[in-house]
Amino acid sequence: MTQADIIVKAEDICKSFGDHEVLKGISLEARQGDVISILGSSGSGKSTFLRCLNFLETPTSGKVTVHGKEILVRDGKPQNARHIETVRSRLGMVFQQFNLWSHRTALENVMEGPIQVKRTPKAEARAIAEALLDRVGLQDRMQMYPSQLSGGQQQRVAIARALAMEPDAILFDEPTSALDPELVGEVLKVMQSLASEGRTMIVVTHEMAFAREVSSEVVFLHEGRIAEQGPPEQMFTHPKTEEFQRFIAKVK
Amino acid sequence: MNPLDILIQYWPRLLDGTLMTIKLTFLGALIAAIFSPMFALIRANASPVAQAPLRFYISFMRGTPILGQLFLIYYGSGQFRPFLQEWGLWTFFRDPFNCALLAFALNSTAYQTEILRGGIMGVARGEVEAAKAIGMRRVKILRRVVFPHAYRIAWPALGNEIILLMKASALASVVTVFDIMGRTRQIFSRSFDFSVYLWAALIYLCITAIFVLLWRQGERMLSRHIGSPSNSRTIITPPEGPKA
Repeated sequence: MTQADIIVKAEDICKSFGDHEVLKGISLEARQGDVISILGSSGSGKSTFLRCLNFLETPTSGKVTVHGKEILVRDGKPQNARHIETVRSRLGMVFQQFNLWSHRTALENVMEGPIQVKRTPKAEARAIAEALLDRVGLQDRMQMYPSQLSGGQQQRVAIARALAMEPDAILFDEPTSALDPELVGEVLKVMQSLASEGRTMIVVTHEMAFAREVSSEVVFLHEGRIAEQGPPEQMFTHPKTEEFQRFIAKVK
Repeated sequence: MNPLDILIQYWPRLLDGTLMTIKLTFLGALIAAIFSPMFALIRANASPVAQAPLRFYISFMRGTPILGQLFLIYYGSGQFRPFLQEWGLWTFFRDPFNCALLAFALNSTAYQTEILRGGIMGVARGEVEAAKAIGMRRVKILRRVVFPHAYRIAWPALGNEIILLMKASALASVVTVFDIMGRTRQIFSRSFDFSVYLWAALIYLCITAIFVLLWRQGERMLSRHIGSPSNSRTIITPPEGPKA
């Protein structure tokens, strides 16, 4: 593998909230087409780690490289803070609570990034947004406001919104955890189709089936460190660490 | 004496006063609306030390009577006349209208700042994070996400503040500004007809009513994504019973 294939590179990410050390030095590389599932029990730091990748949370120390832009953090201060917006625009993000802009329609939500950040002409942004909403199966919901959509529909709009930026990779922060059980499937289906077309994805999830069947790599976090890491099939059939054995026993 | 007679005789003065009241209120609220967004952001985000002067100003404006503030500016400026003349500001403070406008603008800025701060703090954090995550810069996030929500949340309270300001503007008559109240007092001192005060009250009531209607239109526009209250109101069907 050459350096050029690496889409997202995180090196030795540490994060403390006051005296509490949440992340104790995590390194991760995502190559083109990788689908990395991050697992871990509550409080293991998996969401915090994901949020450190696009600086929604500023790490205490570490280095993040995205799209050739390197941001080094020392003592909670990013050294190249001007790159943060670029890094963010290259990484799509899908949140647990969807976080759609409630005052804009589904279509406007998807158009917003291209128009406001990439300065795409409005007509072109509209065409992109319509195609993406069509792709996630919401062609007849474009003019609706988020409050008029179900959770699953909102999350699909959120995925379309992330795709509209043509990101190098997409970060998913427990994308199905806030959904009613019967709506989980429609979101997972969209994620699966993204994975199969070669999108680079980093997914914090509790969906073991997704981690096992869709992802190319599984990372298990325990108390702020990577406890185990590898291809899903091997990890689930032959868990090496006691922590991961206990974890899969619990979620089964 | 017929109450209509006084209206027929003095309506041009009352109309003039009405326009003055509207002008004072509108300009005062407008000046406050220009400054309050910046101040509200400072109140919502700046460190306690950095916003100390602002907090002092707001406490003063909200904690003292508006009449006292008006006197402080109108009579107080007279005390500093030589100084103000030297700076070329005397022509401004010599005019009671300017003094009243300054007092009302300063007062309303304090209130609007606090109201808008509440709106800003009420914006869903997740929506701001989504804007950050997509790569928007700070000013753009304010313009596209924070303020549209903050104004929607603050809108009813802002309308309330403007109505209060409109009624407080009657105090300007004390420093010889001929607003509705000023004209009414003038008419009463000539005619000794008490009913002119009733007409004045009616005019204030009309202005408020029209304002409330317009403001509600604005609210409807800002809240269209939530569904207007009239749509979601429960329709109560009368219980069926034997027809009379």
